[in-house]
Amino acid sequence: MSAIAVERPRERYVEGVKRGTGRVALFVVVLGSLWGLWEGYRSLWIHQGWTWPFVVDNTTMPHIHDIFAALGRPSQTGGPLLGTLLWHAALFTAKEAAVGFALGAVVGFALGVLPAHSKLAQRGLLPYVVASQTVPILAIAPIVVIYLGSLQVTAWVSVAVIAAYLTFFPVTISTLRGLTSADRRALELMRSYATGPWQVLWKLRVPSALPYIFTALKVSATASVVGAIIGEAPSSIQNGLGGEIVVFNQYYTLDPTKLWATNVVAALLGIIFFLVVVVAEKLVVRRAPEHVA
Amino acid sequence: MSVVDVSGVSKTFTGGTNALQGIELTIEPGEFVSLIGPSGCGKSTLLRIMGDLIEPSSGDVVVNGKTARRARIDRDYGIVFQDPVLYDWRTVAKNIALPLELAGWDRRRRAARIRDMLNLVELNGFADHHPWQLSGGMQQRVSIARALSFDPALLLMDEPFGALDEMTRERLNNQLLEIWARSGSTVVFVTHSIAEAVFLSTRVVIMSPRPGRISSVIPNDLPQPRTAATREEPRFFELVTQVRDALHLGADVDRQPEAAEARL
Ligand SMILES: Nc1ncnc2c1ncn2[C@@H]1O[C@H](COP(=O)(O)OP(=O)(O)OP(=O)(O)O)[C@@H](O)[C@H]1O
Ligand SMILES: [Mg+2]
Repeated sequence: MSAIAVERPRERYVEGVKRGTGRVALFVVVLGSLWGLWEGYRSLWIHQGWTWPFVVDNTTMPHIHDIFAALGRPSQTGGPLLGTLLWHAALFTAKEAAVGFALGAVVGFALGVLPAHSKLAQRGLLPYVVASQTVPILAIAPIVVIYLGSLQVTAWVSVAVIAAYLTFFPVTISTLRGLTSADRRALELMRSYATGPWQVLWKLRVPSALPYIFTALKVSATASVVGAIIGEAPSSIQNGLGGEIVVFNQYYTLDPTKLWATNVVAALLGIIFFLVVVVAEKLVVRRAPEHVA
Repeated sequence: MSVVDVSGVSKTFTGGTNALQGIELTIEPGEFVSLIGPSGCGKSTLLRIMGDLIEPSSGDVVVNGKTARRARIDRDYGIVFQDPVLYDWRTVAKNIALPLELAGWDRRRRAARIRDMLNLVELNGFADHHPWQLSGGMQQRVSIARALSFDPALLLMDEPFGALDEMTRERLNNQLLEIWARSGSTVVFVTHSIAEAVFLSTRVVIMSPRPGRISSVIPNDLPQPRTAATREEPRFFELVTQVRDALHLGADVDRQPEAAEARL
């Protein structure tokens, strides 16, 4: 039997553990270095009294341990811990972002598939898809909020729609590109089986497009979190991360660590969204190892 | 009724390449016809016209008494390309089952057929592997299994073993002949190898280039079934020589106008 075809599970397991340990180690090293850079920069600038590009003190660059310590202190006198508050805010924003992401991914995919199927749709639709992205979200968000609000839709759904608005575009463009990436001979094979366009789409074009689509989904995953946070402001939603950012912004000079802590939580949320897509890609896209980007 | 009837077929590509000119070829049921000729003489083009993957500029192709287009829609032929053209995201079993899925076979029938096909091309135990986990020869066998899976009456093969080493190629040749004898299908086989053409076919069609045309047809009377011993027979070498001479004749005819130009 051919040797290349046989891969022992035991070896694969050991290999996987090794690779996993390596990744964790790298992660720790990078995290430690970033910490060191921040604190090093801070102490050097403060010690030397340098004022360029900005004055460094506890307000502009609080200690990292202070930022994390803030999570364990009450957010306001008599209030819940900041950590608890941000946990609930993150869950709320995550819900908006997840729904927005799903909506954006589906709409983005549909807008990518339609033009691939008809030249007319491609000419007619694409300019508007592109134009939609040049209209700033700041202009769109209030319109979405007012319009959906008048339809008695819950406020967070408007935020999800705003997140979707930031999500769908990369998916559309990558779907369009991915659908045309199918191998020419693979298409000929389909022709030889007298396959209808619908089946060619699902059995060949979409699977060929998946690596492209997942690349876009990774971009979109983080964009949906940003979209949800930004969208909370015009919808005057208080219980998400966007709401907290607005509040802590106002008290920044009093206590900068709260805003920084909120930023850290928002970043973590983005990373989690990203990782979920990475895991989904691993499960869905079966490709030759060297094809995996 | 003949399986393939090509009459007066010419093909000029956009851009002006006259790939084929006045092709006449009739193939009877159960024949194994090899197309051989120098690179660029239109072998693939002729095969693709027979399979209705492209259309001729003029002339007619009748397959099983129908137009080539009708035959394609009726799934009368299986095709094997020079590269396996397997779908990476499908396992070996699912690759073989692709045409069956498209033809609407139910799961149970598909599973049974996949088993038969894996047996046929000696890939038992690789059903759940992905194409990239197989060697080139194994991949090509999967693509043959896929082409045979739905019992096509006509098998079109375009240099299926071109990329393989001599030993693997000879083994797959033997396998292919067994499959052909058992299935009773008709095969059109494009190759660059004279020995392969002589070993496999019941008829060798020799083509010459610019414009692509059939320069001669050599019936092959080597007895069936053919085995490793066939390659040692004097008649085998005679036929190899005959095909080689015919190829050179075609090539010389082709070279004359160029030589004339060079003299000017
Ligand atoms: N799609 C195409 N567009 C334009 N010209 C083409 C196309 N396909 C083939 N040709 C031309 O037609 C001629 C015959 O090509 P074909 O692929 O049939 O040759 P072949 O005999 O199969 O050669 P090889 O043995 O190298 O595969 C060549 O000159 C080639 O350049
Ligand atoms: Mg060719």
